Amino acid sequence: MKILVPVKRVVDYNVKIRVRSDHSGVETNGVKMSMNPFDEIAVEAAIRLKEAGAAGEIIAVSAGPAAASETIRTALAMGADRGILVQSDAELQPLGVAKLLAALVRQESPDLVIMGKQAIDDDMNATGQMLAALLGWPQATFASAIAVAGPGIEVTREIDGGLETLSLPLPAVITTDLRLNEPRYASLPNIMKARKKTIDQLTPEALGVDVTPRLRTLRVEEPPRRQAGRIVGSVDELVAALRDEAKVI
Amino acid sequence: MSDNIDEESFAAFLDGMRRFVRERLVPAEQQVEEEDEVPDSIVMEMMNLGLFGIGIPPEYGGLGLTVAQEARLSIVLGEASAAFRFVFMPNVGLGSRSILISGTDAQKRAYLPRLATGALRACFCLTEPGSGSDAASLRTAARRDGDFYVINGSKRFISNAPRADIFVVMARTDAQSSSGAGISAIIVERGTPGLQVGPAEKKLGQRGAPIADVTFDDVRVPAENLIGGREGLGFSTAMKVLDAGRISVAASAVGMARRIIDEASRYAVQRTQFGQPIAKFQLIQAMLADSETEYLAGHALTLQAAETLSRGGDARNLAAAAKYFCSESVSRIADRAVQILGGAGYISGHPIERFYRDSRVLRIYEGTSQILQLVIARTMLKGFE
Repeated sequence: MKILVPVKRVVDYNVKIRVRSDHSGVETNGVKMSMNPFDEIAVEAAIRLKEAGAAGEIIAVSAGPAAASETIRTALAMGADRGILVQSDAELQPLGVAKLLAALVRQESPDLVIMGKQAIDDDMNATGQMLAALLGWPQATFASAIAVAGPGIEVTREIDGGLETLSLPLPAVITTDLRLNEPRYASLPNIMKARKKTIDQLTPEALGVDVTPRLRTLRVEEPPRRQAGRIVGSVDELVAALRDEAKVI
Repeated sequence: MSDNIDEESFAAFLDGMRRFVRERLVPAEQQVEEEDEVPDSIVMEMMNLGLFGIGIPPEYGGLGLTVAQEARLSIVLGEASAAFRFVFMPNVGLGSRSILISGTDAQKRAYLPRLATGALRACFCLTEPGSGSDAASLRTAARRDGDFYVINGSKRFISNAPRADIFVVMARTDAQSSSGAGISAIIVERGTPGLQVGPAEKKLGQRGAPIADVTFDDVRVPAENLIGGREGLGFSTAMKVLDAGRISVAASAVGMARRIIDEASRYAVQRTQFGQPIAKFQLIQAMLADSETEYLAGHALTLQAAETLSRGGDARNLAAAAKYFCSESVSRIADRAVQILGGAGYISGHPIERFYRDSRVLRIYEGTSQILQLVIARTMLKGFE
C-alpha cells in the first residue's frame, strides 16, 4: 500500500498569534513555523501502518513557499520515504490545494491519502473532503482509529455523541483527529538520514492546476480580550448576572 | 567523533527535544514526584530517541555528541524535573565514559552497544561512607585471586543503583597504596553473589532519581572485568571525565534556572495585589532581573566550558567555575522564585516548591562548591607561584 500524506507549514502552536497591523492576516514574519499538528498525526498514522507491514511507501507532500520543504523534511525525519513540494508563493485556499493534491494523486496513484482534518491556522476543515470529492473516492473524516481490514480499511470516527466505525474500500481519503495517536519525536539519526531523502519540486503550472483564490479575506481581527472575573456575593447575584449580563440562562 | 552531525540536523533535534520536554516530561512531573518513578512509556521514548547513548560513538550504537552538543541538550532537558535526566545520564556519564576512555576493545564491544540503547543500565560506585570529597581515600578493596578479583567494601549514595544492571566500581587493587594510583575500575554485573543493593534512600528532592547503598561481600568477578585490563587506571580515568561531568551538571542547572524563571515570571504577571499584577512592582522586577542575569551568565560560561572541552582545550577551571556558579546561582534563583510566589511557592505540588528542593543537591554532587573553589583558586594561583 502506498500512502500520500499532505503536510502544511503553519505558525507553531506554541506561538502567541498576532494580527498584522493592517488587519490583512496573521503576522508570520520572524515567527516560528512548524508542521500542522493534525498533519503530524497523519504522518504518524502512516508510519504505524508501514511499521505494521500494511504500507510500503509513504510520500509527504506540501504546497506552499520554498520554506515548506522544511515541513516535508520533518515528515521525512519521522519516517516518510520521500517528499514532493508544489512550490507557490500565491495564497493557497482549500480548493486550490485539493486540486493540487488530486493532480499529485493521479501522478503517484497512492492507495490511501491520510491528512489532518484541518490546519490550525485557518481551521477550514475542507481540503480532505474536497480532495475526496474531486477524486470520487470514499472518505472517512475525523479518524480516531485506523485498522486494515481485508482489502479495505476500517476507520473509527469521532462524531457528536459517540464513535462511528466505517469500512472503506481503497483507494480512500482519511482525515485525522487529535486522539488518533501521539506523534513521535524524530531521533537524531533519523533527522540526519532525512537530509539524504529526495524532495521533488513541482509548480501548480506544471501540474496544470489553477490555484486562483475563490475567497477574499476582508479583515482579520484578534478575539476580544477576556474580561476579568469577579467574585459575587450570593447565589442570587450569580443567577442574576448569568441571566442579565452573560445571558446564558 | 561527531563532526558529521551537521548543525542544522542537531538544531532540528534540539527543537524536537524542547517539545518532548513541554509535551511529555513536564506534564508527567507531578506523577514522578508522587510515584518516585519515571513512567515506563517515557523511558521507552528516551530509548527510541537514543538518549542513553548520547555520548557513545556511533560505531558502538550511540549518537556521538560532542561535549558542547551534550551541554546544549542538557540545558534543554534540564527544564524538566531532574528525575528524567537521571534515567539515562548514568549511562552517559562516568559509567560508560570509563569504559570508553580506558576499556579494552572487548569491554567496549561487550558493554557500550547495550549501554547506548538503554538495554543495560549503569551506575558508578565511587562514594563511600568514609570517603566523599576525598575520593582517593576510598577503602573498598579488590584482591586478585587467580583469574578473579574479590571485592569487599561498601558504597554510599550511588545514583541509579536500584535499577542498574552493571556497577562500575572504584576499588583499591593495590593495598600498599593509599593514593589514587592504587585504585582501579571494575565492572560488576547485577546478580553476582555477594553484591547487595540497599533500599532507595528518602531524599530532600529529586524524587524519581533513586540512590542507594551498595555493598560488596566477597564478590568474585572475572579478571577481564577490570576496565582497561590494567590495575591503577581507575582514578586517573575518573579524573579525565571529571570536566565533562561538571559541565553536564552546570548545563542541567542552566536549564533548571530557565524553567524556574519562566514559572516565576508567569506567576508574577498573573498574580494581582494592590490592584495590579505583582510583576509591575519594582522589587519583584529586581528579583526577576537578578535571576535572569545569573541565568545568562551561567549559560554563557557553561557553553564556553563545553566548547573549550569539545575542542580539546584545558577546561578544568572553566568546568569547575561553570558547575560552581550555575549550581549556586540556581539555588538563589529558586529561592527568589519561592519569594515571588509567596505561599503558593511553598505548597507541595507546585513546580517551584519542587525545584527549590531539587536544586539543592546540585551544589553537592560532582564536586561540592567548596572543592570547586579550591580547584579554581589553585589553578589561578599557579600562574603567580
